[in-house]
Amino acid sequence: MSPKILLSDKEIHVILHRLACQLIENHDDFKETVLIGLQPRGVYFASRLLQILQKEYLKKDLKYGKLDITFYRDDFRRRNEPLEANETAIDFIIENKKVVLIDDVLYSGRSIRAALTALQAFGRPKAIELMVLIDRRFSRDLPIQPNYKGRQVDVINHEKVQVKWLEKDKEDAVYLVKNNLK
Amino acid sequence: MKKLSVSNLLGIKYLNQQDIQLIFETADHFKEVINRPIKKVPSLRDITVANLFFENSTRTKLSFELAEKRLSADIINFSAAQSSVKKGETLIDTVNNILAMKVDIVVMRHPNVGAGVFLSKHVDAKIINAGDGAHEHPTQALLDSYSIREKLGTVKGKKVVIIGDVLHSRVALSNIYALQLQGAEVMVCGPTTLIPKYIPSLGVKVENNLKKALHWCDVANVLRVQHERMDVKYFPSIREYIQLFGINSELLNAIGKEIVIMHPGPINRGVEITSEVADSNDSIILNQVENGVAIRMAVIYLLAQQIKK
Repeated sequence: MSPKILLSDKEIHVILHRLACQLIENHDDFKETVLIGLQPRGVYFASRLLQILQKEYLKKDLKYGKLDITFYRDDFRRRNEPLEANETAIDFIIENKKVVLIDDVLYSGRSIRAALTALQAFGRPKAIELMVLIDRRFSRDLPIQPNYKGRQVDVINHEKVQVKWLEKDKEDAVYLVKNNLK
Repeated sequence: MKKLSVSNLLGIKYLNQQDIQLIFETADHFKEVINRPIKKVPSLRDITVANLFFENSTRTKLSFELAEKRLSADIINFSAAQSSVKKGETLIDTVNNILAMKVDIVVMRHPNVGAGVFLSKHVDAKIINAGDGAHEHPTQALLDSYSIREKLGTVKGKKVVIIGDVLHSRVALSNIYALQLQGAEVMVCGPTTLIPKYIPSLGVKVENNLKKALHWCDVANVLRVQHERMDVKYFPSIREYIQLFGINSELLNAIGKEIVIMHPGPINRGVEITSEVADSNDSIILNQVENGVAIRMAVIYLLAQQIKK
């Protein structure tokens, strides 16, 4: 079966702008807000949003960081393949700030659980919100829900959602693919 | 995905270039972690590590302990001075008794060469060699190379001279292996009595003239003169040693080029190196100590990853 397309580049474009506007609606000038992209794939989504906020809505002084959650995962030593860490780049303290966590796909919620723990190392935030491009709503293992979502999809477990970004994969698109491993 | 080619860290001799690369990349991440306001990750919260020190150590033991704590491992400490070893218990018995308490990783320093290798054949735990006699001290060599990489960008092609008491050093051999694996050129410099006969067979240059050695090198790793291990006289007097092999700022100024100064510690100030040099801007001695924690976190993390639930 060829992969089914969930979002085209045009749809992604519209969604990115909508999400940027929702952020502005809730965070205004972003003085007390920091944006955190989750490694590895959430940072592409986050940096796109950042570009839109800066260039099209002229939001200056945005605080943006990248967070790697490898050392906080709950499946360490439980998988066959070793985990590979990525860069964490947060050069500010999030004490008393509103944090928006940004990731591409919300699936089991376990990455977000790990991210919530990881964030504690950088201070006590005032609040944490979650923004995802794709919300797989029937696959959650933990009580975690997004505050902002690009598209909600109903996907059965052996299917996989693949988000592609121009910078990395030469196209903007979201696909639904059959996971051949199972 | 990358993983270590070995299941214990017994010596640099057993590692390959990719292993060192992986350890360094992982250490980069941990170095970022230990500079956060909260310097701790929960990765190893269900792992227990035993630090077995059959020989005295201050910084290595502290560094390992801190690395283990930063990874959230549980720790038990053991030093031979207060143990049943004095009552005649064998190494395997001691370790098996400790392992019966469900320990996953053993960090061991031992006065005998090959103690780590021996243990790895008889017990079912990950072994990390924290120094075996005058043989290997792999985490020290890794942190030394890591510090050179941090200071100079790369280890490849650099010229490193190891100065002083090579004979009694476990740092020297591990450093030679590690540096050569990464494509550095290595020289040792010291009195002939303190240079083991096998050194040239490793492809390492030997030089007795300190000035010539310093002219040649980019990095000088100065070893401690291990008085406590010298049962016979290896050089006529400390004064003579200082004159011929002591590093001081007049000497370095006369050479007139930038040389990175390293020392594995503890320093005999005023013997192998003067305070002025040890505390100068060219010295990365304290960076070595900081990097030691990150390197040990990386090694423990990568080995723990292999322990299956």
